[in-house]
Amino acid sequence: MRFSVLVEVRLRPGIADPQGATIERALPALGFSGVDQVRVGKAVRFLIDAADEASARAEAQDMAERLLANPVIEEAEVTVRADGKPDAAS
Amino acid sequence: MTTRIGVVVFPGSNCEHDVVRAVQLVGGADAELVFHDRRQLSGVDAVVLPGGFAHGDYLRPGALARFSPVMEAVAKFAAEGGPVVGICNGFQVLTEAGLLPGALQKNAGLRFLCTVVPVTVVSDRSVLTAHLTPGERLSLPINHFEGNYTCDDGTLDMLRSAGRIVLRYADNPNGSVDDIAGVCNDAGNVVGLMPHPERACDELLGNTDGAGLIGSLVASATSGRGALSRSS
Repeated sequence: MRFSVLVEVRLRPGIADPQGATIERALPALGFSGVDQVRVGKAVRFLIDAADEASARAEAQDMAERLLANPVIEEAEVTVRADGKPDAAS
Repeated sequence: MTTRIGVVVFPGSNCEHDVVRAVQLVGGADAELVFHDRRQLSGVDAVVLPGGFAHGDYLRPGALARFSPVMEAVAKFAAEGGPVVGICNGFQVLTEAGLLPGALQKNAGLRFLCTVVPVTVVSDRSVLTAHLTPGERLSLPINHFEGNYTCDDGTLDMLRSAGRIVLRYADNPNGSVDDIAGVCNDAGNVVGLMPHPERACDELLGNTDGAGLIGSLVASATSGRGALSRSS
């Protein structure tokens, strides 16, 4: 079966995020108030052939730990869907 | 036989020729380029991972370079006690490869920094600082966007107590924790630093403060010869 996968990579809590801080400072200038704790991360999307959803998830988790995220500063969250369309993970 | 320094070239490295020139000029060593797809280091006495943008810095600096075939040989060489120095992007590769602790994040000010900064030698128990005196002040070029050294508190305590902080910025330019500009492994034979000593080795360029570091590396490589297994 074909699954669509979304891996969200973000900085671990407590790791300074200069990009998030810059965006947070910029938003009030555009009139957006009350915004707090902005964090910037990465989204990696792909399709994968796997026997079932659990093995697709396990593969994606392994990729996240070994390549997509740097465990020293980042954590990853994996979302798997069974519809297998390129944009389905969005 | 002259000491031989291997300088690794990844797709996107761009400081390899500066390093070759510096080790020849300062240390009188032979230098050779070692391409990323090689599985052997063919008997070099030290390895330098130079600056640049290996694999375009895609995903994260060093994230893809660490899986190059040559890195297995570099890890083996390091485990055998061979001197390994990562400069700038090379430092990022060494942290991604797990040969040095911590990680290098985007600069705190979100600016690419290209300037000369004062740096203090903190420890002389690394191959890069063996011939320098702790407390010595150097003026070295930096040239990076992701040089903000980060590690957890436990790692920082360990680095401090073990004397593994090799260089500190006198005036922290990038937000690095504890002003760290360079660290080494426990044995002192693997060193990573963000400043570029190879660009400060020639009087023609107006700064020779990097010569002591490059000279220490070549001297360490020379004195380590024969002590290392040459199987790699």
